[in-house]
Amino acid sequence: MSKRFAAVLAAVLAAFCLPLSAFAAGENTLPVTEDISVSADYDWDRLADQNITLNVYNWGQYISDGTDGSVDVLSAFETLTGIKLNYTTFDTNESLYAKLKSGGARYDVIFPSDYMVGKMIAEDMLEPLDFANIPNAADVGDAYRGLSYDPDDAYSVPYTWGLVGLVYNTTMVEGEPDSWDALWDQAYSGQILMFNNSRDAFAIAARRLGMSLNPANVEEVEQIAQELKAQKPLVQAYVMDEIFDKMEGGEAAFAPYYAGDALTMMDENPDLGFVIPQEGTNRFVDAICIPKGCADKEAAEIFINYLCEPDVGLANIEYLGYSTPLDTVWERLDDEIKYSPIAYPDESVLANTETFEVLPDEVNAAMDKAWSSMKSYSEDSGESIPTLLGLAVLAVAWIAWRRSVRRRRDEY
Amino acid sequence: MMGKRHGSALMRAYLVLLFSFFYLPIVVLMVYSFNESKSRSNFTGFTLKWYESLFHNDMILSALGLSLALALISAVIATVVGTMAAIGISGMGRKSRLIINNVSYIPVVNPEIITGVSLMLLFVAWSGAAAWWNQNAPAFLRFFPEDVIGFPSLLIAHISFCLPYVIFNVAPKLRQMDVRLYEAALDLGCNHRQAFFKVVLPELAPAIFSAFLISLTYSIDDFIISYFTCGTLQTLPIAIYSMTRKKVSPEINALSTIMFLVILAIILISNLADSRRARYKAAKKEEV
Repeated sequence: MSKRFAAVLAAVLAAFCLPLSAFAAGENTLPVTEDISVSADYDWDRLADQNITLNVYNWGQYISDGTDGSVDVLSAFETLTGIKLNYTTFDTNESLYAKLKSGGARYDVIFPSDYMVGKMIAEDMLEPLDFANIPNAADVGDAYRGLSYDPDDAYSVPYTWGLVGLVYNTTMVEGEPDSWDALWDQAYSGQILMFNNSRDAFAIAARRLGMSLNPANVEEVEQIAQELKAQKPLVQAYVMDEIFDKMEGGEAAFAPYYAGDALTMMDENPDLGFVIPQEGTNRFVDAICIPKGCADKEAAEIFINYLCEPDVGLANIEYLGYSTPLDTVWERLDDEIKYSPIAYPDESVLANTETFEVLPDEVNAAMDKAWSSMKSYSEDSGESIPTLLGLAVLAVAWIAWRRSVRRRRDEY
Repeated sequence: MMGKRHGSALMRAYLVLLFSFFYLPIVVLMVYSFNESKSRSNFTGFTLKWYESLFHNDMILSALGLSLALALISAVIATVVGTMAAIGISGMGRKSRLIINNVSYIPVVNPEIITGVSLMLLFVAWSGAAAWWNQNAPAFLRFFPEDVIGFPSLLIAHISFCLPYVIFNVAPKLRQMDVRLYEAALDLGCNHRQAFFKVVLPELAPAIFSAFLISLTYSIDDFIISYFTCGTLQTLPIAIYSMTRKKVSPEINALSTIMFLVILAIILISNLADSRRARYKAAKKEEV
């Protein structure tokens, strides 16, 4: 009942404020839908009559698409520009990379993370952007410019960013943890969750050892892998999105995860806490890029410019829960989130973070190898596979022998 | 006597256990489609909002539409082609039948990922070759389509992995069928086409229908092969899989619930119709 009352109140307030805010925004905005107005100084529909379809490839559930009461920014773009969107989604940077490399698909706009942007630039897979078509990119804050993966900001516009931190359950943990050591604490054996992806898992172990999360050589990788191997007996499960359910349901005491998602979990279960460990952590940036082979670069740039519009950016950030690199969007957030130490931590915390960089091939290979050997490592696994294979061969031989005996018997 | 009763209790317990492994996960999934919050562990209250938002989610709906269209078209084509193949194979000599049967088995035992990657490589190579041909060949010969990656590639892939299942479903029925039925039809004045459509096909119909259903399910289910051959399209399993960074949306629970109920209804109705037909036949026999 009170919820409904609140909703009515909000609606009434909104009705009062709407003309006011429209007035405040001045006459150079162009309303597209109820929730989205865009800058009127930009020629949005200049390609409307060319019947263009953009292939957009984003992370799953990584845009405000109208579900669960959110604003539908995709259909608003189609109405505004007359450009159609074929919006599809991927699950990891690596599958995005594989898809582009295979030549099996042509995309116009993609959303790789920091280190993948660097890798794609190095392999000449991205188109340099024409910022004359993306005036809204000027809104990107200084802290998100010239990052190491794209030092000249020539190929990418940041979309979201965030930190990796430690989610913990206050009812299961004494005091407030402040170190990655918690994930190696014998006392919580069986109550620890860990990333099920090598890059994030290695980053945590590396920071705990006081090393960079971009290992410089194979020896460093092996040193970090030892640490992960030592942690394995304590780990309940290596998981990704299952972390939501396990932490919300109180099934584990500790889990590392992305700050924006930690906020979502804390909404669901108030017993949860989140901390950025003192050893420092990874700061990720997910960026927007145009891959080589794009059919209509100008249309793709119009889409990027649209995503940097304050109304659109705000809708996306509110849906995602991640942090925005756009100053105007940050200005318009609620104070509660704007000054939240989780979503927008202060300088001293940010100073102690690192972004992922492209690793040399041999380091990547060593990491993959160490990760899979760590995952399959257990006390008795040494002989089990050859034993099983041996048994299988014996079984096949036995069946063949029985068959030949029977056939010989039948012949007589 | 005692032992027998004991045994049947054990059997019943085993059956209950077995079916609960099959159906409990589905029940849990259905229950959480009505959950107020997005959580998959706490049930906070009843709601229908996920059903409502499912019907407004263009991405899921278009993925579902693609999956259904693909499944229907590929199942129909695979069933027709597979049935013809099975009939052709049954008419072969012993040795060539053995060879063809083994060759058609390979796609079934081959790991899906190998089928998927090799199909993708084939389509990429085809696009390259077709583009080269269309640039260099005389104008009237430039008829090879270049843009096969997308729906055409998905369709070809799905037909090709459904085909063996159709062949191996229809072939046993053909073997069971008496060859003399066909010959008798010819003797009684049918021409070849009539004999096929009036005698052979009705005899094969149940096997063909079940082959069609199997193809339909395999096609809707398939993730790995579609993943490599879909280009910029996405089928329902691919859309669901890509949600794993953020968390799979409860709309998927709602969609799965609807699909499960629809399939259940189809099975119940067809079984009901079957049993009614059987009873009708039995009654007719008694009259005679």
